[in-house]
Amino acid sequence: MNRFFGRTLLSATLLTAPLSVPAFAETQINALFMAQAAYSEADVRAMTEAFTKANPDIKVNLEFVPYEGLHDKTVLAQGAGNAYDVVLFDVIWPAEFAANNVLVDISSKITADMKSGVLPGAWTTVKYDSKFYGMPWILDTKYLYYNKEILSKAGIANPPKTWEELAADAKIIKDKGILATPIAWSWAQAEAAICDYTTLVSAFGGDFLKDGKPAFQTGGGLDALKYMVDTYKSGVTNPNSKEFLEEDVRKVFENGDAAFALNWTYMYNMANDPKDSKVAGKVGVVPAPGVAGKSEASAVNGSMGLGVTTASKHQDEAWKYIVYMTSQQTQNAYAKLSLPIWASSYADPAVTKGQEELIAAAKVGLAAMYPRPTTPKYQEISVALQQAIQEALLGQSSPEDALKTAADNSGL
Amino acid sequence: MSGTWITTRAWLLMLPLLIVMVAVIGWPLADTVQLSFTDAKLVGTSGSYVGFDNYLRLVSGNAFGRTLFTTTFFAVVVVTTEMVFGVLAALLLNQQFYGRTLLRALLILPWALPTVVNATLWRLIYNPEYGALNAALTQIGILDAYRSWLGEPGTALTALIVADCWKNFPLVAMIALAALQAVPRDVIAASYVDGASAFSRFRFVTLPYLAGPLMVALVLRTIEAFKVFDIIWVMTRGGPANSTRTMSILVYQEAFSFQRAGSGASLALIVTLIITVLAVAYGTVVKKVAGSAT
Repeated sequence: MNRFFGRTLLSATLLTAPLSVPAFAETQINALFMAQAAYSEADVRAMTEAFTKANPDIKVNLEFVPYEGLHDKTVLAQGAGNAYDVVLFDVIWPAEFAANNVLVDISSKITADMKSGVLPGAWTTVKYDSKFYGMPWILDTKYLYYNKEILSKAGIANPPKTWEELAADAKIIKDKGILATPIAWSWAQAEAAICDYTTLVSAFGGDFLKDGKPAFQTGGGLDALKYMVDTYKSGVTNPNSKEFLEEDVRKVFENGDAAFALNWTYMYNMANDPKDSKVAGKVGVVPAPGVAGKSEASAVNGSMGLGVTTASKHQDEAWKYIVYMTSQQTQNAYAKLSLPIWASSYADPAVTKGQEELIAAAKVGLAAMYPRPTTPKYQEISVALQQAIQEALLGQSSPEDALKTAADNSGL
Repeated sequence: MSGTWITTRAWLLMLPLLIVMVAVIGWPLADTVQLSFTDAKLVGTSGSYVGFDNYLRLVSGNAFGRTLFTTTFFAVVVVTTEMVFGVLAALLLNQQFYGRTLLRALLILPWALPTVVNATLWRLIYNPEYGALNAALTQIGILDAYRSWLGEPGTALTALIVADCWKNFPLVAMIALAALQAVPRDVIAASYVDGASAFSRFRFVTLPYLAGPLMVALVLRTIEAFKVFDIIWVMTRGGPANSTRTMSILVYQEAFSFQRAGSGASLALIVTLIITVLAVAYGTVVKKVAGSAT
């Protein structure tokens, strides 16, 4: 062996030596989360640090991707053979993940305390075909946010209780010249548009599927799209909504450029933060409205859960980590941007303090949560509906024709 | 030494590389071809043989034709614009003037930016509520009010084309600039003496030297433009109403969002085929140009 080679080998050995002797971490698990506001990356890292402190024999490697990449990343990693152990999944994926054997059925690990302590609506997030594929974690729905100052300027005493009232209030604000386009939505060609649409479908008493066949092209499903198109054409909806995602809606609302906005829980405390928001202290939040004779309030189930992948080699450790992350103690400590899944938390002053209005809205909204279609072909329905919504908004086809085409293209 | 032995030795010397190439390019390609005739899912089933079903279903579907047209339109406009602006920029930067070195360094900047960064940047510029483009156009009086650029089918594709051109014309400019340095000065000087106009000098003296390198740029850019994905995915995700959906986005949707690996593979192969045809066509032209230049 020549000297150069010997030295290289020696230094390589020295370099790798510390890596091969881990102090405590005997098991490593990889977890995939989403980069967003609630829970934030910093929050997830802090929670995980607390977990590893209590369990020094487990090391958790965290990875964060935007929501738009979460589904595909999960599936690709699984397909490529280097799957994550723990994945965050959206309420719309369990059917597909169960059909394709991505997530482990953990029904037997759910304890009686968990079953009785967690809100019934939260369980629908992780359940498919009466099996449990994880623990609910982010309990979320879209609420109606309103700018209190703008409403009082327009002489509107109370936030609207029905969608019809909301359109009428918005027209008053527009006619008085306070705001040209008072309502902000997230109608970009993305899942965000389906969440707004689902909220309206639930208000108008519609159905996505009946006996496994598309049913959104008639009745409440059609009324919901017609409502969207009407408010868009009459100019009370901000026309830029058709390229907005939730974060764009938040910026417009925080800038005082929207009287009404539909958005998730996280916007409440962010819009009330004077550091970033011009409307801090003027933020009102109520459950999304209903439709006279059909519903009192409306809501989309936008919750997410944590699950163990079938490819994981450390399923017990992964489950232990999930139990910690979803525990009442952890969730109560981080309740400012995302509300807990535990029923009794809503009576805990540590959780409710400073966000009483949001908690009041959550009690109604979370109970009214309406699911998006539960089917392994969800992605195809969603893409078809996104196209239908945009075509109808742009006037490329009527709401009837657009939804009919979507039903034909849905793959069901 | 006999000719056969030289040929044999050449093949022997190339053999290791050929084996590597077959392993790296040939095997995945063959695998994809095989996959394209199955109904395999991304995870779960490896699928069973379905013949040409995937191809027939995709080509007869309503998304294919429209997407192919969008992609072709995007590629043609983007490449043409980049070639024109690239050559113009190169001609300018080939002149003697104060600050030329700085400008030449700045030229490479857009091209050096990661595409995702570039896309995010342009998304901010086009923002319908607070974007710089809206601010600029309303302040100089061209627009009455702020408008949506990426939310309207009429402007979204154009907006993407501008963003892509801004990023990629420097590549063409760099190649052209390098070629310009190689134009012999005495030929230029001779054309001056002969009294050729500026246009004639460019057309008959400079352009023949540029043609070869520009062909290379043309091939590279056409192939890249045809398979464009990231800039569109970040800026519009194919919207509004699928007006900016390109072939690569369709492949992604089919293979990864819908998890139909089989038909995703067949769609990817169709795109590969189109690009191969383009590359071969260009190759023939390049050979001709190179032949006429010498």
